[in-house]
Amino acid sequence: MNETGTRDFLVGLFVLAGLGALAFLSFSIGGLRYTGEGGLPVYATFDQIAGLKPKAPVDIAGVKVGQVTGISLDESYRARVDMDLDRNLKLPVDSSAAIVTSGLLGDRYIQLSPGAEDRHLAPGEQIPYTESALVMERLIGKFLVNVGDSPKEDSQSGSGSQETAPAP
Amino acid sequence: MGAGAIRGLGHGVGDVVESLGRLAVFTARILMVTVRPPLRLREFADELFKLGVLSILIISVSGLAVGMVLGLQGYNTLVRFGAEGSLGAVVGLSLIRELGPVLTALLTTGRAGSAVTAEIGTMKATEQLDGLRMMAVDPIDYVVRPKAWAMICVMPLLSALFILTAIGGGYVVGVGLMGIDGGTYMSSLENSVDFGNDVAGSILKAVIFGVLVGLIATYRGYTSAPTSAGVSAATTSTVVIASVSVLIFDYFITALWGV
Amino acid sequence: MAYNGRPVLRDLTCRFPRGRISVVLGGSGSGKSTILKLIGGLICARAGAIYVGDRDIGRLGESAMYEVRRELGMMFQNGALLDSLSVFENLSFPLREHTRLSREQIAEQVHERLAAVGLSDVDDLLPRELSGGMVKRVALARALIQSPQVLLVDEPFSGLDPLSTKLIEALLVRINRTYGMTMIVVSHHIPSTLRMADHVVLLLPGGPVQGSPRELLASADPSVRRFLSEDTDASDEVLAHAAEFEAGEHRPVLDSRRGRRKP
Repeated sequence: MNETGTRDFLVGLFVLAGLGALAFLSFSIGGLRYTGEGGLPVYATFDQIAGLKPKAPVDIAGVKVGQVTGISLDESYRARVDMDLDRNLKLPVDSSAAIVTSGLLGDRYIQLSPGAEDRHLAPGEQIPYTESALVMERLIGKFLVNVGDSPKEDSQSGSGSQETAPAP
Repeated sequence: MGAGAIRGLGHGVGDVVESLGRLAVFTARILMVTVRPPLRLREFADELFKLGVLSILIISVSGLAVGMVLGLQGYNTLVRFGAEGSLGAVVGLSLIRELGPVLTALLTTGRAGSAVTAEIGTMKATEQLDGLRMMAVDPIDYVVRPKAWAMICVMPLLSALFILTAIGGGYVVGVGLMGIDGGTYMSSLENSVDFGNDVAGSILKAVIFGVLVGLIATYRGYTSAPTSAGVSAATTSTVVIASVSVLIFDYFITALWGV
Repeated sequence: MAYNGRPVLRDLTCRFPRGRISVVLGGSGSGKSTILKLIGGLICARAGAIYVGDRDIGRLGESAMYEVRRELGMMFQNGALLDSLSVFENLSFPLREHTRLSREQIAEQVHERLAAVGLSDVDDLLPRELSGGMVKRVALARALIQSPQVLLVDEPFSGLDPLSTKLIEALLVRINRTYGMTMIVVSHHIPSTLRMADHVVLLLPGGPVQGSPRELLASADPSVRRFLSEDTDASDEVLAHAAEFEAGEHRPVLDSRRGRRKP
């Protein structure tokens, strides 16, 4: 009898621990709580978001204040990024958002720079000023072209003549 | 020679189809008694103890070890790109999407699935199953049902415990030994893991693996030859068949649902 | 009836009289235990009919068979006690499954049956803690627990010392006299069975022989005499007999999976 009691207690403990672990994975790590709860939803539009993904963090001066909740294309073919910020955050209306990279190849996230206006952003409003993501490949491409351009005379003529020669 | 080989192949295919059919009938019999009272909660709780509580040690020790290895390997790779801040994401995602459910299923197969087969097989060899039938009690109802359902329930719980201990193991190595910031590790983990994309899929995998291991283990025990050699053969084949099916199903779940 | 494609019982017609002790005697592999399993519906006959009372169980499905089995009690060779349950739980199990008796009524019945087989103070023991003779007696008590009309007894004397053998024999006879139930006992222990049997079915390689013990002992059939003879000095004859068994259809197929010894 006593033995079964101990067993049942351990079984109960096991089920609780297992459900607790599932809940921790779902809510704390999986971030299930963000869906549905209204904090301070705002959005911004960018020309280029590169590798930004939903759930990417939004921070101010390195302190996390929210996360990206959705990415879509607006009517003018710009990327609209919805984010959910801490509801206690008082963000001036002339703040700006930039997509930056952590490290050389790290994840993209959004960095906010607060403006100076006295009025604060209300839920659903747009962050007016944005700075698009730098696309590393394009940057490298430009750099290579620039490097190739400067000793223009010999290299350009060499390769150009090869390509244009058969045309006439 | 060639014709013989083809005939052998045909025979083999026939065997596989036949045993799949028998497994389907067996499954249907379990489902038919699933909600038939009495629900046998006493037996179910005992099975939760045997399959779940007694597996905690192996699951947490393995989880810790796997997490520490992931932490070490991940750190050594990431540090070359200066991205060691993403260690939490690497450890967490690989565990939640893949390693957690799969390794838990393999460990549980070896630890608990084999025990289920051996117990049912021994009950068959010692005529306990026939004894139940003579007492007008269906062995599928009294013996198989609690074991199969306990396996299904235990698997996602063990998988979650495995993942958490492994994330802890990665933390110990990454933060404790390699000096990554603890907050960076956790925030990289939380930022990269999504409930809908990752955690829900992880739970789905664990439940499907629980169904697989539970069915295979009880079926092999129930159909084992009633001798000690028969029971040992059935136990071995449970471990082999269940492990291989877990890996095969893992591929298809990943391919179909993208988790 | 065939086992692994090899026929075990063929052309067997026999009746087990109500309220009496019938004994099925035969060598290893002659299909004795198979008869009990057929009556219990644990295996299905390939041909023929088996009547329990006036019901042909060959035509019943598994669920209908459960109804029939409530009137059957079976004592298995090795007990077949559920090894995770204590003696008390083993005995009360069928009552908890099939009756609405109160806890006290169940305990009363369990202790009554245990007393009928001469056991007390064994409630909390597990089957593995019992001696061979005690396992047999607990198994007998469990077979009796639902007051069956027919008691099937498989090898009640196997693996027992002479004293326990006598005890089980006496218990079986006393239970038959007290409860007046039909008993079908399968055994190859000749002295005990001939003492207790009202009716004997002898499964021999040449075909079954039936009758009362007195008739069989007086039989002129040499194979019957040879089987019943306890004269083990005639070693040549015994060996020849054994060879005859193993050459015939009745090779020990069923019993290769059990360590069954001839007493």
